[in-house]
Amino acid sequence: MKRFRRHGQESQRERIKQELYGFNKTVEHGFPHQPSALGFSPSLQLLAIGTRSGAIKLYGGPGVEFMGLHDENAAVTQVHFLPHQVELVTLLDDNSLHMWTLRAHHGVSELLEIGRFTLTGPPGAPPSVTCVTAVLAHSSGDLLLLGTEGGHVFVVKVPGFRELEERNISLEKVTNSVPEEYGGRRILEHVESLQENPVNQRQVLIGYGRGLMVIWDLDSQSAIKHIPATQQLESVWWTEDGGHVLSSHSDGSYCRWKVAGDDPQSEQEKSEVPYGHFPCKAISKIIQLPTEQGPPFLFLSGGMPRASYGDRHCISVIHSKTHVALDFTSRIIDFFVIRDGPGEPSALVVLVEEELVVIDLQTEGWPVIQTPYLVPLHCSAITCSHHVSAIPLKLWERVLSAGALQNTHYSKKPWPMTGGQNLAPDPPQRDLLLTGHEDGTVRFWDASGVCLYPMYKLSTAGVFLTDSDPNDNLNQGTEGEWPPFRKVGCFDPYSDDPRLGIQKIHLCKYSGYLTVAGTAGQILVLELNDEAAEQTVEATVADLLQGQEGFRWKGHTRLEVREEPVTFPPGFQPFALVQCQPPAVVTALTLHSEWKLVTFGTSHGFGLYDYQQKNNVLVRCTLNPSDQLAMEGPLSRVKSIKKSLRQSFRRIRRSRVNDYRNVFLAEMELAPVQRKIEPRSPDDSFTGLVRTLYFADTFLSDSSHNTPSLWAGTNGGSVFAYQLRLPPVECRGEDPVTAHPAKEIQLMHRAPVVGILVLDGHGSPLPEPLEVAHDLARSPDMQGSHSLLVISEEQFKVFTLPKVSAKMKLKLTAIDGSRVRRVGVAWFGSNRTDDYGESGLTVLTNQGDLHVVSLPGVKLQVQYPCIRREDVSGIASCVFTKHGQGFYLISPSEFERFSLSARCVVEPRSLVEVPSQTPSATLPRALPDGASVERSSARRVMEHALLNDESEYLRNNQTTLTELNLNQLQHLCE
Amino acid sequence: TRPAQHKSGLLYSPECNRVSYKFSPVKSLFWSGEKGFHLLFLLSCVSEEVDYSSYGTHSLTRKKKAVVALRNDVNRKRPHIRIGMPQDFRPVSSIIDVDILPESHRRVRLYRHGSDKPLGFYIRDGTSVRVTPHGLEKVPGIFISRMVPGGLAESTGLLAVNDEVLEVNGIEVTGKTLDQVTDMMIANSHNLIVTVKPVNQRNNVVRASRISGSSGQSSDSSGSTGYPSLSTTAMATGADELESDEESDIVIESTPPPAPVEHPSPPTRPLSPSLNGLSHHGTLRESNDSLHKILSTMRTDPRHSLALPRGGVEEDGTVITL
Repeated sequence: MKRFRRHGQESQRERIKQELYGFNKTVEHGFPHQPSALGFSPSLQLLAIGTRSGAIKLYGGPGVEFMGLHDENAAVTQVHFLPHQVELVTLLDDNSLHMWTLRAHHGVSELLEIGRFTLTGPPGAPPSVTCVTAVLAHSSGDLLLLGTEGGHVFVVKVPGFRELEERNISLEKVTNSVPEEYGGRRILEHVESLQENPVNQRQVLIGYGRGLMVIWDLDSQSAIKHIPATQQLESVWWTEDGGHVLSSHSDGSYCRWKVAGDDPQSEQEKSEVPYGHFPCKAISKIIQLPTEQGPPFLFLSGGMPRASYGDRHCISVIHSKTHVALDFTSRIIDFFVIRDGPGEPSALVVLVEEELVVIDLQTEGWPVIQTPYLVPLHCSAITCSHHVSAIPLKLWERVLSAGALQNTHYSKKPWPMTGGQNLAPDPPQRDLLLTGHEDGTVRFWDASGVCLYPMYKLSTAGVFLTDSDPNDNLNQGTEGEWPPFRKVGCFDPYSDDPRLGIQKIHLCKYSGYLTVAGTAGQILVLELNDEAAEQTVEATVADLLQGQEGFRWKGHTRLEVREEPVTFPPGFQPFALVQCQPPAVVTALTLHSEWKLVTFGTSHGFGLYDYQQKNNVLVRCTLNPSDQLAMEGPLSRVKSIKKSLRQSFRRIRRSRVNDYRNVFLAEMELAPVQRKIEPRSPDDSFTGLVRTLYFADTFLSDSSHNTPSLWAGTNGGSVFAYQLRLPPVECRGEDPVTAHPAKEIQLMHRAPVVGILVLDGHGSPLPEPLEVAHDLARSPDMQGSHSLLVISEEQFKVFTLPKVSAKMKLKLTAIDGSRVRRVGVAWFGSNRTDDYGESGLTVLTNQGDLHVVSLPGVKLQVQYPCIRREDVSGIASCVFTKHGQGFYLISPSEFERFSLSARCVVEPRSLVEVPSQTPSATLPRALPDGASVERSSARRVMEHALLNDESEYLRNNQTTLTELNLNQLQHLCE
Repeated sequence: TRPAQHKSGLLYSPECNRVSYKFSPVKSLFWSGEKGFHLLFLLSCVSEEVDYSSYGTHSLTRKKKAVVALRNDVNRKRPHIRIGMPQDFRPVSSIIDVDILPESHRRVRLYRHGSDKPLGFYIRDGTSVRVTPHGLEKVPGIFISRMVPGGLAESTGLLAVNDEVLEVNGIEVTGKTLDQVTDMMIANSHNLIVTVKPVNQRNNVVRASRISGSSGQSSDSSGSTGYPSLSTTAMATGADELESDEESDIVIESTPPPAPVEHPSPPTRPLSPSLNGLSHHGTLRESNDSLHKILSTMRTDPRHSLALPRGGVEEDGTVITL
């Protein structure tokens, strides 16, 4: 009987778990890592980006996005939409072609791969014969023309990929139909470009690498015209009236050829080297578009003088007398132009390696249009992130208006990409994601929905004197400069001073107070002000060593503070500054806006700062006398980490060069990796590093009076509790705040304390400061006894309060071998009924697994694998929301959003319908084929990918030492 | 008087624990001996002790039989040794659960008895051959790769290089990475129980009932728990067992405002984790040392010293949930 009942309870618990928890990776925010191809469908108004890792991403109007992944781990080199259809074709660098479609399913479109194909040549032919170099999706919608390395053009029927052998355009057929001086003697080389005649879809232009171009009639199966260019061909454009062909060449020249008329040989009308005289680089792509009245727009990519500007990444836009060389921040992958219906070019869309830039061509001065998605999160490297759920409308609007003032240089035009319908329900609340960056900025993102939209940017660099010259950026754009450069894009990975880097952020959403802390031990307290203000920020020094002797700080110096008043624009303005001494990176930071206190910690100790009276209430040193490493500062420490990482990467890379698997196995047998079984000793380094700080109003000393308290947890498994005495409100400005040591706990397992939490009489976590005052949370239960939850890397341990004695625990490492890397408190609502929910801990382990741990019982509820365990920076970057979602970096520029909650899921839901067939042949242009620019360098860059990963890895390790599994690093060093 | 709860495991049951606990440190001199031998030797000491002190008589007579069955050289090599006083005894590492494990496996409990001695071994990845329904199969496994000379593992003689690690404190390591297994062992290091498949199968403990039948080449090879796992047996043996598994955290409470005290007054209860939950007599001095050590790591700044009233330093850890 008893057993039956227990079984019943268990199955009921299982059912509740299913209603509460569910794991989904929902959407990727940010800019794709290493994009390699761009496509655009004018009829669908969708843009497609392929990446070097084989991902394909489609974007339409804001919120409309799709993602697919090729099974092959090969780079996408070309993307072509089939005109007027919802299909697209991708070419990978393993020479395979893939057909994708957007299929509607339950009213929502899905991106599906529906076919794959690899050209098979005649038996015995060399592989170059079938290596695809150019693709033309014919406007009939059912033909694909594939130009190859060997110079042949294969005709394939789609969507089924059926080869139409009889219609192939072989090299022989072409050489037979052009005069001998072009065909016979010379090798034509590969097919560089395939273009369709905009006014006659039965004619295609085949451009060969050596320069010769041939106009081929698909019906008569013969060449009707040839264009005798002699320079190495880079790209071809057929003007919209069908009368001219533009060709661009590797010497930086472009030519215009007249193709109207009956003469089988076209005349060259014009040849020009736009940045002339000295040798120029190739013009890799050329587009010319007419305007209704007046001269056409001409777009040229590249062509810069080789010696002086060979390293610039430029697209020149020439319209009438206006000539601008848009100077991009990274390598140009491809570009296209959006037109208003059949008419004027309206926007230039450029995909460069690190961002997507859209230029408004209809507004004077060609301003940039702010992108609603694909935003480069990494314009300066991300060093930390902080999520705040359910922002009050008032704060939201003030942040938005502060942000609007920063974006006046952007175009007012709406986002030109409008494809698809966004069917996702409106987000239930306003969520903010704050990212801290290496250059000392904090960016505010609207993270409520599918689009991570930039709201506001805060810069902290103005408070300090740095080496950078503010006039640096003003030197460009002088009158009469040639070429007429104009910088566009915001990607700027170079930091003026690494000490400015933001390490910790805490925002109080009710009061609008914000505190940020950085690499050189600086802690700024800021408040939101709708007006610009001039003020001097006074610094308070917190000497964390407290007279400890025998320590010498070998790291960087403190930041120098500007002594004169600084004008701060509307938005968050700093009014208080604490500088830690030694100026080590701040490892923990918490703000209590009701008490007007900020607490901060470094590897040396922690402090409590009263930002109303602007003084330190408490400074506590946590250093262990044997903890020498903490004094060396980040530099010497990082060097050794760097070195060992570099060595291990070298090992990995070496093994990848050869046959990966064999070498790996052989290595394992020859020199196995060993791990020493050595319990943690109190002499471990960095035991004094403060990992977590927490404010709580709880029963610290006796069970009848609750008092404010401060809790700190260290790397060495110590917990310090202080009782705080706050003066009554009327004398808060004068009477001092005091802090008295109340408790110290040393966990015997000595694992780093990563989280501290007080649970109220009902076992619920205490609410945030001001949450109750704003009627947004139930007041905590102060009748029942409170308990203290200490989360170490290895255990979750609940203690009673006020007398601390262990109540229960969960020993994660002992049973599972994993360690807690990230932990958050979340509310999980049931997806079946609105009135049931539970609090729980969201946990990410060093194995990359996500767990939910129940409160207050600390029992494991669910476990989901989420991140590869090797992805140290991904794991370190994870941030949880209060509603069971989370974000982590999958590359320096992309956040993956995931959900652990069954109720709270933010994912794209959009519908794309088959466009109605428009008979007009002039509207759609065959897709630009600029992806060929990418192809040649793809392989080389794959090698660099590893190097880049390594540097990212290193940077992350440097800046987030606190998050590191120090043990793992020691293993690496061994 | 005492229920014979213990299994035939040599030093397994709570009673046995008590017994094994009483061994004088002097005897560690003999521990580095040949594997298998020293255990028997310890038991023989137990029986000697029984003879003199009549402690735990009931269970030990039973065990003595097993001892005789195990190895014959017990009687041959028995040096004359003086048995120390009970308060000088301490726990030793041991083979446990012999009755429930396949003969080819060995479950070893490593006791650090509060010493600073490292556990003293290394583990590595490797491959192991298993018998499965589909025939022989190569599967990844974790192996002991090295012993630290003079370390605890070596001095027990119970583990050897190339032994395959199957479980850590009752949890199978199959499917876990080397780092995970390392972390599990370290997290359990105060009371580490590893189940291994010794590379040398000749020294296996042979059960009396099967003495004629089986040799060192065991029938088991699946590595999965066809036998009761450790956790269930541990639960079955009662709270005493669990308590000794527990290490206690140190809590210092003070009532603000603090009254600065130059030196913490001596605590009234022993703190050494290995002594937790056990008898208090005779161990005060040693535990004081360890307390001072811990305290010295905790407070580096005398100005922030906490008041440490008599009895203010406490241990806890009587309630455990696994």
